[in-house]
Amino acid sequence: MKTQIKKLKAQALKLNKTTRSNVITIGALVIAYLICMSMIRGGNMSNLLQNLLVAMCYYSIMAVSLNLTVGILGQLSLGHAGFMCIGAFTGAFFSKIMVDTMDNVILRFTLAILLGAAMAGLFGVIIGVVVLRLRGDYLAIVTLAFGEIIKNVLNVLYIGFDSRGIHFSMKDTASLNLDEGGMVVIKGAQGISGTPRNATFTIGVILLIITYLIIVNLVNSRSGRAIMAIRDNHIAAESIGINITKYKILAFSISAALAGVAGVLYSHNIATVQSTKFGYNTSILVLVFVVLGGMGNLRGSIIAAIVLTVLPEYLRFMRDYRMLIYAIVLIVMMIFNWAPACINWRKNHSFKDVFWNIINKFKKVKEEA
Amino acid sequence: MSFITYLLNGISLGSVYSIIALGYTMVYGIAKMLNFAHGDVIMIGGYIIFTFMSTLGLNPFLAVLIAIILCTLLGITVERIAYKPLRRAPSLAVLITAIGVSYLLQNLALLIFGAEAKSFTSVIPLKPISLAGGKLIISGETLITIPTCILIMTVLNIFIKKSKTGRAMIAVSEDKDAAVLMGINVNKTIAITFAIGSALAAIASTLMFSTYTNLSSTSGAMPGIKAFVAAVFGGIGSIPGAMIGGILLGIIEILSRAYISTQLGDAIVFLVLIIVLLVKPTGILGKKIQEKV
Repeated sequence: MKTQIKKLKAQALKLNKTTRSNVITIGALVIAYLICMSMIRGGNMSNLLQNLLVAMCYYSIMAVSLNLTVGILGQLSLGHAGFMCIGAFTGAFFSKIMVDTMDNVILRFTLAILLGAAMAGLFGVIIGVVVLRLRGDYLAIVTLAFGEIIKNVLNVLYIGFDSRGIHFSMKDTASLNLDEGGMVVIKGAQGISGTPRNATFTIGVILLIITYLIIVNLVNSRSGRAIMAIRDNHIAAESIGINITKYKILAFSISAALAGVAGVLYSHNIATVQSTKFGYNTSILVLVFVVLGGMGNLRGSIIAAIVLTVLPEYLRFMRDYRMLIYAIVLIVMMIFNWAPACINWRKNHSFKDVFWNIINKFKKVKEEA
Repeated sequence: MSFITYLLNGISLGSVYSIIALGYTMVYGIAKMLNFAHGDVIMIGGYIIFTFMSTLGLNPFLAVLIAIILCTLLGITVERIAYKPLRRAPSLAVLITAIGVSYLLQNLALLIFGAEAKSFTSVIPLKPISLAGGKLIISGETLITIPTCILIMTVLNIFIKKSKTGRAMIAVSEDKDAAVLMGINVNKTIAITFAIGSALAAIASTLMFSTYTNLSSTSGAMPGIKAFVAAVFGGIGSIPGAMIGGILLGIIEILSRAYISTQLGDAIVFLVLIIVLLVKPTGILGKKIQEKV
């Protein structure tokens, strides 16, 4: 038995650092999933928490995918909710028109996810080509602009279909000119309602793990190293022959596609999608997850998303202060992490130093005694 | 006639945007940061005027004066607490901090004044005048807003070009380190910039909420972002640019709301921003800055 454990330990140590980190993250996710499932089986989980399980998954996916843009590519995007919106609408649209013709739920939902991701990714490429020529603050404001445009356009979009095909309108339901028996799928500000509620916790966790693996693999590949080189110094990266535009668009569109996956999960969880839900505030919320979890740290993003989704429900008595606290956390985190004065202070007062100082003092006291 | 009315409304809204845009453009030019919270200072200014005028029954002009003073103090405090420690930090960190401040101000206002939207009473006592036999009606707000904007622009331009503090601002915006060597107090100059920007925000809030009377905790955010669009449009860092950009943007917004779609007004404004940034990233009057390795 002991030798076996030793063997396992040796094997574990042989794995390189990234693999070990992946095993830890995915292992933790699977264990958390199993605990949740057994709690549901045993009836130990409150309804409140059960309703949040899928939300945790899609917010985690959002956070991890935004981290690819913000933490790894180093570009601030304030329109990430826009991609989620596109994914949500595409997925819900597909499921709604296919719900009668396609009986296989798993196949239909998989197709909805792929379609949502593809559509969001496509928009990611289009927007990326436009946006990524800019840098810094301009990029942030343009991504915000795109997010708002997506939200506003979907808010006035009407799509219906009948025997003659699909009809579009930007005015109202009547101007669609539908036949009798035609169906209005997207109803402007009311969005899409009556999407089949196929999203389950299991599917959410599987999607989260897939998302995580996609991003980790990207980060540890040749492309990922190029992307991080661009983040650290884009001029130096360009001078060693890295195609900046290509890698930026690659990272940005993958990030968008994964946000689309989160959107599909969202729309199949709540059954009603309205574009106003995907405004600037949602983008900021996801940004808070990323900043709190640590920019560039994927595991941190997942933890922050889960904690910040669950915590408010348990802190209902201070519900009004929730957003206020987020704002303060955001400011304090930024100053603590980036202010030169704070960085110096942390260098002089790191936990390790403080710990050893105390130990040394004890040793001295002992020696003197 | 309706076209002229829309045009005048557009210029009036555009004047408000250009006053707000001045705050953005000055701060961006000098501190090299996008002060996301600027729009929320406008909202706070609106609430201060509302409280003193409608709740406490103070004279409107006194209320506006108090709002200007308090907003200036708010601007300086925010700069001192949130932005000053991050002066040498990467721009991403500063930007996220600014977003945090914006969120903080919004939620503070939400807690203090409640979620219910307040109806702002116009501060401007002028009666609307009607021209061309009642076909063309110009509101008192429009009559005040446009000259105020021109006045502010002129005074500010003279202040920056002629006064010692103004020249210090130009020096800091061009080269911070060289400005220090010339004996300029950079921290003080940046604080003054924030103070001027916030005072202008209070004036803008007076004019804006007198015309668009709906006052809620988020009603500063959108005009703030649009004013930034205006600043980018005109060329960031340039004062006449902010004015041209603001007025053009106001006209575009009102006309597209009137003739294209009411709900898509914001989307069209943002589309204009994107097109401008693609065609001429430095804006109409902006200077191109070469990036050094």
